[in-house]
Amino acid sequence: MLTQNNNRLNNLMVPILSIILGFVFGALLMLLFGYNPLTAYQAMLEGVFTNPYFFGEALRQATILTFTGLGFAIAFQAGFFNIGVAGQLLVGWVSAIWVALTLPDLPRIVLVTLSLLVGIVAGAIWAGIAGALRAYFGTSEVVVTIMLNYTALHVTNYLIRNVLSTGNTTERVGESASLRIDWLTNLTAGSRLNVGFFIAIIVVALYWVFMTQTTAGFEVRAVGLNPHASSYAGMSAAKNIILSMVLSGALAGLGGAIHGLGTFGNIFTQSGLPHVGFNGIAVALLGLGNPVGIFFSSILFGVLDVGAGFLPNRAGVPDEMASIVIAAIIFFVGANYLIRLIMGKLQSNKQATEGGE
Amino acid sequence: MDIIQLLQLIVSSSLMFAAPLILTALGGTFSERGGVVNIGLEGIMVMGAFMSAIFNIQFFGTFGNMTPWVGLLAGGVIGLLFSILHAVATINLRADHIVSGTVINLAAPALAVFLTRAIFGAAQTGPLPRAFGRSNIFLLHRIPVIGPIFFRNTSGPAYLGIIIAVIAWFILFKTRFGLRLRSVGEHPHAAETLGIKVYTMKYAGVLISGFLGGMGGAIQAQAIHNEFGILTVAGQGFIAMAAMIFGKWNPLGAMGAAIFFGFAQSLARIGNHIPIIQDISNIWLQVLPYLLTILVLVGVIGRAEAPAAIGKTYIKSK
Repeated sequence: MLTQNNNRLNNLMVPILSIILGFVFGALLMLLFGYNPLTAYQAMLEGVFTNPYFFGEALRQATILTFTGLGFAIAFQAGFFNIGVAGQLLVGWVSAIWVALTLPDLPRIVLVTLSLLVGIVAGAIWAGIAGALRAYFGTSEVVVTIMLNYTALHVTNYLIRNVLSTGNTTERVGESASLRIDWLTNLTAGSRLNVGFFIAIIVVALYWVFMTQTTAGFEVRAVGLNPHASSYAGMSAAKNIILSMVLSGALAGLGGAIHGLGTFGNIFTQSGLPHVGFNGIAVALLGLGNPVGIFFSSILFGVLDVGAGFLPNRAGVPDEMASIVIAAIIFFVGANYLIRLIMGKLQSNKQATEGGE
Repeated sequence: MDIIQLLQLIVSSSLMFAAPLILTALGGTFSERGGVVNIGLEGIMVMGAFMSAIFNIQFFGTFGNMTPWVGLLAGGVIGLLFSILHAVATINLRADHIVSGTVINLAAPALAVFLTRAIFGAAQTGPLPRAFGRSNIFLLHRIPVIGPIFFRNTSGPAYLGIIIAVIAWFILFKTRFGLRLRSVGEHPHAAETLGIKVYTMKYAGVLISGFLGGMGGAIQAQAIHNEFGILTVAGQGFIAMAAMIFGKWNPLGAMGAAIFFGFAQSLARIGNHIPIIQDISNIWLQVLPYLLTILVLVGVIGRAEAPAAIGKTYIKSK
C-alpha cells in the first residue's frame, strides 16, 4: 500500500520536476547569453495573468493544444506514434472552412455542427490512412504520417490558392459559422477565446470515459501495453490500430476545425506545418496520457506560447526561448529514468536512515 | 534545349537536391544499425545548417573559396555535439527513442533561431558570402557525352556524398567495427556476451549519425538555400529517414533512394523545362516525393528488414 502511494506520488512528481528542470534549463541558457531570466519569466507571467485579453488568448491556445494533445495521446496509448497530428489538424481546418464558406446560409447550429463534423471526418481519414497501412502492410506509421503531413501542407496551400480563394487568404466565414460567443469575448476583453474551450472540456471527459469505462477503450490500452497478449486474448490488432489512429485523427481534425472557425475565421497559406500540432505531442507526453493531465499541460503550454510574445519587448529575449523551455521539459519527461533514479536513491537513503534509528 | 543539355539539367538538379539527403540518410543508417532510432535527424540537420551559415559568414575572410567545405565540417561537428543529447537520453537514461528524437526536433529549430536572433538580431542570417555553387568534377567532366551530363556544372557535395556512401558500405559490411555495430543493433545481449561494448558501439552509431546529419544540414544551407532561417531544413531530415528505410538500411541503397528523392524534389523546380512533365500541375510534383515514399514503403519493403533490436532500450546486464 505504501509503495503504491509512493508510485502514484512519483508519477505526479515526474512531470512537476520536469517542468521545474525545464525552466531552470531555460534560465541557465538565458544567463549564458547575458539575459536576465527572472525578468523574462516575470514578463511572461505578468503579460498573461494581468491582462484578461492575453489570459483569454492563452486559454484559446490551450483549447487547440488539448485537442492535438489528446489526439496524439490516444494513438500513443495504443502503442503508435502519430507524428501526423499537425497534418490532420490542417486538413480538419481547411475542410471546416471549406464547408463554412460553401454553405453560408444554413442556420448557425446546423452549419457549426456540420463544419466541425467535416473537420473531424477529414482528420480521421487522414490518420486512418496511416492506421490502415500499418495494420495491413506493417508500414511504419511514423514515416507515413510524416509524409502525409507534407502532403497535407501542399494540398491545403493549393486549395487555398486555387479553389477557396485566388490569393493566400480565404474570406472570413460568416457569423453563422463562427464559434465566438459574446459573453466570453467580452469577459476576456475581446480575445478570440470561444465555445471551443467548453467543447475541449467535454472531450476531455469523454476521452476519460472512453479509455476507462468502455471495452473499446480497454482494448486500445491493452494493445498498447502488450500487443501479443491482447491478440491471444482475441483482440484484433488490425482493428485497434485503425480505431486508435482514426480517433487520433478525429481529435486533431476537430482541433483544426475549432482553430479555423474559432481562432481565425479563415485559413491562409502556411509556410510550414502548424506548431500547435507538434506542441500537442509535447502536451501529451507531459500529461502522461491522462486526459486531465493533458488539459493542465495544455494550459501551461498555452501560457508559455502566449507569454513568449512578451519576451522580446519586455525582457529583450528572443521569443523562441519559450519553445526551448517546452523542449527541455519534454526532454526531462522522456528521460524520467533519471528523475526516478534520483528519487529512488533519495527514498532508499531515507528509509535506510529511518531503519537504522 | 538539346537532349544533352536537358539530361545535364535533370542530373545536376537531382544531385543538388539529393546531396543533403545522401549524407543524412547515411547518418540514419549508422544510428539505426546500432539499434537507435534517430528521428531527431531533422533537428540535427537544422543545427548543422545553422552552424555552417554562421561559420560561412564569420570565416569567409579566412578561408575564401574553401569556406563552404570547411563550413561543412563545422556543421558536422555541431551535429555530432547535438547528437550526444540523443545518445545520453536513449542509451543511458533509457528514454523512448522517438520521444528523445522529437525533443531534438522541437529544440533544434527553437535553439537555432534563438541563437540567430541573439547574434544577428533577425530570424535569418541573410545571404551567405560564399555558397557551394556548381562545379566541374576534376578531369571527369572531359569525358565525351557522359562528362557533360554527369560531371559538368554539377553539385560537388553530392559526389562527396556518393564517395562517403561507398566508404560507409565498406565500413558497415567489411570491417570489424561494422560487424560489431550491426550485431549490437540485431542482438545486443549476444553481442555483449561476446565482449562487445554495447553502449560504446551505440554511442559510435549515434555520434556518426550526428556528424553526417550535421553535414547534410550544412549542405542544405550552403548549397540550396544560401542562408539560414527557420525554413532552411523544413522536413529534409524526415525525407532522409525515408530514404534510409527505402534503401533497406544499406548505405548504397540509402544513397540511391536519396538521389531518387532528390530527383523527385527537383521536378517541382525544373519541371517546366522538361517535355511532358511541364503539362502536369505543380501540386502533383510537390506532393509526389511524399506519396511515392508511402507507396514504396507499402509495396517494396518487407517487414523484417530493419535491425532486430531497433528502438529498444538495452539495459546492461550486471
